[in-house]
Amino acid sequence: MTLVQGALDWLGDPANWRGLSGIQQRLVEHLAITGAVILVAALIALPLGILVGHTRRGRGTVVALTSGVRSIPTLGLLTILALNLGIGLTAPVLALIVLAIPPLLAGAYAGIESVSVDAVDASRGIGMTEWQLVRAVEVPLALPVIVGGLRSATLQVVATATLAAYVADAGLGRFLFSGLKQRQYSEMLGGAILVATLALVLETALALMQRVLTTVPPDTGRP
Amino acid sequence: MNPSLHRRLLQFGIAALASVALVACGSDDSDPLKDSSSSKTSSGETIVIGSQDYYSSEIIAEIYAQALESADYTVKRDFKIGQREVYVPEIENGSIDLFPEYSGPLLQYWEPKTEARLSVDVFDALVEAAPKGLNILDQSDATDQDSYVVTREFADEYDLETLEDLAKVDDKLTIGANSELEGRPNGPKGLEKAYGFEPAFTPIEDSGGPLTVKALKDGTIQMAIIYTADPSISKNDLVALQDTKGLFLASHVVPVASDKLDDDAVAIINKISAELTPEGLVALNAESVDKQSPAKDIAKGWLADHDVTA
Repeated sequence: MTLVQGALDWLGDPANWRGLSGIQQRLVEHLAITGAVILVAALIALPLGILVGHTRRGRGTVVALTSGVRSIPTLGLLTILALNLGIGLTAPVLALIVLAIPPLLAGAYAGIESVSVDAVDASRGIGMTEWQLVRAVEVPLALPVIVGGLRSATLQVVATATLAAYVADAGLGRFLFSGLKQRQYSEMLGGAILVATLALVLETALALMQRVLTTVPPDTGRP
Repeated sequence: MNPSLHRRLLQFGIAALASVALVACGSDDSDPLKDSSSSKTSSGETIVIGSQDYYSSEIIAEIYAQALESADYTVKRDFKIGQREVYVPEIENGSIDLFPEYSGPLLQYWEPKTEARLSVDVFDALVEAAPKGLNILDQSDATDQDSYVVTREFADEYDLETLEDLAKVDDKLTIGANSELEGRPNGPKGLEKAYGFEPAFTPIEDSGGPLTVKALKDGTIQMAIIYTADPSISKNDLVALQDTKGLFLASHVVPVASDKLDDDAVAIINKISAELTPEGLVALNAESVDKQSPAKDIAKGWLADHDVTA
């Protein structure tokens, strides 16, 4: 267990937390990368998923496409992107967006599709426009499933964002790469513990959010 | 006992004694044939040539083999032996007679605490360190070692030839390399200590591969570490800056030979080392990397262009 002890010692040393390549800085970078990726991926995937779920059209195409995209190895994609775009954060962020889109998309269309046909028909019956229907009925009712997709995407991105350090001076992956190459396994394990902890924290927060959305019936708005 | 049987037993006994004596001779350190042969023709003994399991090492070993063969020596190829820990003992115990080695790493194998870094110092120390019975032949100008490289445009812009010249560059330099370099004595801190400037660092985890070259060309980084014998240096028009202060261990191609090689054989191998230039080695490697040619053909082509007869 000396390895674990070493990792804990490494985490406990305040000197390792300070500075431009300290844990604190890397944590912030890691969270920033994860946040930016999820934001951009959500802006692309959620509207598309809601559209597919609402119109019930193009589902087959979207399913095939997202399943295909899921099988792309992120490191390979990152390397190809970096060979064209150069080193830095652009390539890893793009590769991570590709990683985050399928679960977000799946959560969105599955959530909208799961809204009961009765509720949709009733809304149309009282004269709601399609836009009102989406905004006031389908999305609120689909939110728990949509957040489920968000949860899945966040977990994957926060863990895979370590790859940013493959071509950029950013993120918790720096500890993994440099620890591995220099055989500083306490640093490497310490970095891995940080990534795992961060993932668990985000996972717990999103799980709580999902539960709240599921148990408390959301405000479905007027009419 | 009848006389003819007696005679036959006697003959057998003499033959047995003689063979024992021969075996004893063979196991002796001194080579009975060495002194008698006036080193004009091959002694008839087989010279065993080894190589690392590295395409460049194999090509050089193949050049040695073919050059000796065309001078009527009998050679045996024992190529692609992996680690130095495995093959150096084989050289030391006489199982291998000739091996293309790299000066710095071999010196560090024999003397882990050595402080020699520069080419000449390393070679002198290596000659000292070699165990008895092993000869370090002339080292070649060809090197295969870590080097800091910059793009041709960058080198021309600031008129750079050595790492010392980098002091002329006003802008902050960025090194791109595997993350372990950041903490190593030949990384940014070592550069500051030896050459008086401290560059920024960004990790690129492909060991000087295509991503690193791309970053150099983009100007995202100004310096990277690539092996001097890597064909990518000439292919991408990069310039390796001379390491005048010995940040990296010098690593020249240097043949290690046993006493089995007579003067003529040694002369042939030394001639090869003299003819093998740094650019020449890169070109040989490029044939292997880019064209996937077998070592045999590459060596043959090189020997056709270079006169190495003793």
